[in-house]
Amino acid sequence: MQQYDLVIIGGGPAGLAAAISAKDSGIDNILILERDDSLGGILNQCIHNGFGLHTFKEELTGPEYAQKFIDMVEEKRITYKLKTMVLSLTKDKIITAVNGEDGILEIKAKAVILAMGCRERPRGAINIPGSRCAGIYTAGAAQKFVNIDGYMPGKEVVILGSGDIGLIMARRMTLEGAKVKAVVEVMPYSGGLKRNIVQCLDDFCIPLKLSHTVIDVKGKDRVEGVVIAMVDENRRPIEGTEEYITCDTLLLSVGLVPENELSRNAEISLSPVTGGPMVNESMQTNMEGVFACGNVLHVHDLVDYVTLESYNAGINAAKYIKGKEFKENKIEIMAVEGVRYTVPKYVNPENIDKSIDVRFRVGDVYKDKYISVYFDENREIHSKKRVLAPGEMETVKLTKAMFEKYDGCKTITIKVEGE
Amino acid sequence: MKKELTCIGCPIGCSLEVDLEDNNVIKVTGNVCKRGADYAVKECTNPTRIVTSSVVVENGEIDVVPVKTENDIPKDKIFDVVNELRNVKVKAPINVGDIIVENICGTSVNIIATRKVESSL
Repeated sequence: MQQYDLVIIGGGPAGLAAAISAKDSGIDNILILERDDSLGGILNQCIHNGFGLHTFKEELTGPEYAQKFIDMVEEKRITYKLKTMVLSLTKDKIITAVNGEDGILEIKAKAVILAMGCRERPRGAINIPGSRCAGIYTAGAAQKFVNIDGYMPGKEVVILGSGDIGLIMARRMTLEGAKVKAVVEVMPYSGGLKRNIVQCLDDFCIPLKLSHTVIDVKGKDRVEGVVIAMVDENRRPIEGTEEYITCDTLLLSVGLVPENELSRNAEISLSPVTGGPMVNESMQTNMEGVFACGNVLHVHDLVDYVTLESYNAGINAAKYIKGKEFKENKIEIMAVEGVRYTVPKYVNPENIDKSIDVRFRVGDVYKDKYISVYFDENREIHSKKRVLAPGEMETVKLTKAMFEKYDGCKTITIKVEGE
Repeated sequence: MKKELTCIGCPIGCSLEVDLEDNNVIKVTGNVCKRGADYAVKECTNPTRIVTSSVVVENGEIDVVPVKTENDIPKDKIFDVVNELRNVKVKAPINVGDIIVENICGTSVNIIATRKVESSL
């Protein structure tokens, strides 16, 4: 059996950043396991710009952002294996993986970082009725066809879901000569960033149909069209509002789910809200020495935050390898009244140097409301927000001083308040 | 003439109304901050975009390489640029930042590669 101090599962933005910070924290014996044929993860197919505004103060494309981290991994001589699929992780931190060169690999690690990312919800997850014909893809699969393989998956396109990948693909397909007939969104607001609505849809006069959904797919061998309808406040189609749109392709951009089969089988506690591991301030899961970061934890809209979170995971994994124990989770963070979840979920103030960033999402669109943070019964933060939306991740900073002020605090509560 | 825009300066996404006279911005309303006004003036007088696309690679480990305009180009040139890129072929190896097309469509902006592609030979 091979032995490593730190094994990182996944070589995307999270895994790369975690590897770099662990190395900088003095850990030399690191292995990254990546199932694709190159490092960089999803960034390789995200060829549009807008990445790294926070980290590098410039607007990079996905591959450029990834390349900066890949170069650092190479410079620091961090080892990695490509085309290597991890099959299992045990409680003793034994990893079983497989690739075409080594066959089955068994690796014992002192610490493990989970950085497997997320995957797209497919058609089956949203139960669209209709024909099971060719021409229905997730937006990310279409993005890979166009941007990595150089194939166009269709000519006349309807996109269901207005998440960022759907919006980006509406523009990309248009630029490559396809006609995008509509982006259909079941919610009364888009799940994507404002700038993507303007630059991907408005720029090309692509209609965004809010409060609409696809209720039927027509076609035998290939998609020939879809029926869309308006929905009521309970997201049920309203009779009489049906509209038929001819198209040969339906792209689905209907959400992302953290990919946690490995974590589940290793009996790592997962959040019922995010589907990702419930971690503490040090990014450690309920299994000692197993850390998590990036989209495997909760789905991010900005890669910059993935990078920051992953640096934190790498630093703490290094501390663990050198003998630090993170001890019990003294405080639980409760997400209530409009706040859906928080990362981290638990805090032990002893492990905080200066401050921690708590990230979360709200469940609805709110205007002129406050984000409040309570240490037990005491409101410590009360900050006004002009707009809160499910598509934009929020952050609150909790400082060492706050934890000292409320020494012995058992619960931190974060909520949306009127005033 | 009046023009309606959505500001992209921040998540609020103000609905802007712009009064135009001979392509000059007379008044911007609907914005809650100065960024909205600046954005409206730029969008109405000289809208520009960074364009990202991909071109075919010969002898590469992958078949297409992602590219972008080195700087932003006038919005109305977007389709000219992507149409010209459709006919471009490049040979691997390619590095991030390599110039793929100089002065694309007379914009005096270069098209540069955004991914490293090793040769397959």
